[in-house]
Amino acid sequence: MPAQILVGCPAGFAGDRFDAGPPLVAAMARDGRPAYLMYETLGERTLALAQQRQRAGAPGYLPDLEGFVAPVLAGCLDAGIPIVGNFGAADPLGAARRLQELCASAGRTARIAALLGDDLLETMGPAEICRLIPEDEGAPDPARIVAANAYLGARGIAEALAGGAQIVVTGRVADPALALGPMLHAFGWAGDDWAHLAAGTMAGHLLECGAQVTGGYFMDPGCKDVPDPADIGYPMAEIDADGGLVVTKPEGTGGLVSAATVREQLLYEMHDPAGYLTPDVVLDISGVTVHECGPDRVRVEGSRGRPRPATLKATVCYDGGWHGEGEISYAGPNAEARGRLAIDILATRLARIPGIRTHFDLVGVSSVFNDDAGRHLAAARGRGVDDVRVRAGVSGDDREAVQRAVREVESLYTAGPAGGGGVRLAVTPLLASASAYLPREAVRERVQFLDPP
Amino acid sequence: MSAPATTRVPLYRLAHARAGDKGNRLNVALFAYRAQDYPLLVAQVTEEAVARRFAHRRPRLVARHLVPGLQAINFVLDDVLEGGVNRSLTLDRHGKGLAYLLLGLEIEVPDEASENTDTPRRREK
Repeated sequence: MPAQILVGCPAGFAGDRFDAGPPLVAAMARDGRPAYLMYETLGERTLALAQQRQRAGAPGYLPDLEGFVAPVLAGCLDAGIPIVGNFGAADPLGAARRLQELCASAGRTARIAALLGDDLLETMGPAEICRLIPEDEGAPDPARIVAANAYLGARGIAEALAGGAQIVVTGRVADPALALGPMLHAFGWAGDDWAHLAAGTMAGHLLECGAQVTGGYFMDPGCKDVPDPADIGYPMAEIDADGGLVVTKPEGTGGLVSAATVREQLLYEMHDPAGYLTPDVVLDISGVTVHECGPDRVRVEGSRGRPRPATLKATVCYDGGWHGEGEISYAGPNAEARGRLAIDILATRLARIPGIRTHFDLVGVSSVFNDDAGRHLAAARGRGVDDVRVRAGVSGDDREAVQRAVREVESLYTAGPAGGGGVRLAVTPLLASASAYLPREAVRERVQFLDPP
Repeated sequence: MSAPATTRVPLYRLAHARAGDKGNRLNVALFAYRAQDYPLLVAQVTEEAVARRFAHRRPRLVARHLVPGLQAINFVLDDVLEGGVNRSLTLDRHGKGLAYLLLGLEIEVPDEASENTDTPRRREK
């Protein structure tokens, strides 16, 4: 059993950078300790979008699968660094086959495993799934369900690694499980070893958003400065067999790992810090402390664990109708007043279209903080701002109605306030989501290895 | 003329923050740059103060969790994302920018503690 492993994370979401992987692979290969590379690329809706593409005849895995993996494939195979990623999305097996082709085209072979079973539609009907959604989550029409996926834990990933997988492709798993899986495999932690599972889950939680722990989503000139911000390094964790954890990043990369960057990411998307629920363990970080133990090195300690929840959580995505956006700009003298007049006109005319929800912003005066009722905008003053952008957000079940509403923004070119320009319009399908909770036995989790080519 | 006992400064001068979302629920974690300023945050950045700051978003519930080891307070605000990332018509559907709504909140700082408030404080090494 190794005393320590390294886990690097070059992607924290589907839109992340393709060039983040190679510096991590190079650093881990040089280091020599057993190392793993994890990719977290599935947001709440990413998987449902993939499911829709698959039904339309396109691949159901992440479209950027190759973009992420191609730059690190040879380096990982050469250095013996397994790759674990949830880029399988709606079709982990399809992604595994695509990666096998990618290996073949590079003249390489790799043992590739897919983790299956998160897709509830494999074994359950939409109505049955809807019954698992608590009332306060809303009650989607079963006919509108697009995707329903349970968050699997780290066990399957560990099993695939124990079977010799050099690449493990998953669909929906709990994000920290992408890091915990390698730890279970390397250290042999038991399924009820809550203290260690909690420490590993905390490491995964810190890694899973990529650069968010190395200075991304953090930098703020003058008070939270980050060196070399255009080439921020992505994170790497050193994890001990006893659960000790240091967060760092490859030498020579930009960005920053400090007590402050780690503190911010520890509480990211966290509700009760004493009860962070995952399929593997309930993590308690309420007593955690951090300290800087070297340049871009932060030790994190004090996590506690409690027995895992009895149920698994699933995200159910359903057709939520249509979403529209229209924008138009006003600049120069009296721009704010002309923008506000445009919103008054839009509000009057869109109120005549039945079956839609609307929201109006005046970018430059009130937009990011604004609310559906426009209370924030009504109270805000632009203080002489001379470049504003009117934005209308619209949604509804009827595409025609949403389209008509969005066209009203365009008509302001000729029928609205003076000097309106730069209209942009978009209408896109809306995917809504709800959480469901189901007994563990309802999920048929399994690992499938690809046959050698 | 006697100096006032306290000065009003935006939280931004003493603290940093990060927002995260899950469904229609927002969390904003607030961190004191300096450990000695943490009690000021605990005393003044109450559930009520945060609920007032977000009043236009009509929070159904504001919960506050203290994490002293991280010199942090985690606020959880229910139903402030106008439907959440999948339904919201707002520009910033995740509410990523809402950490900075909280950082605009003004608090009373004792004069002794408010020196150099023209620049944000850094955590002491």
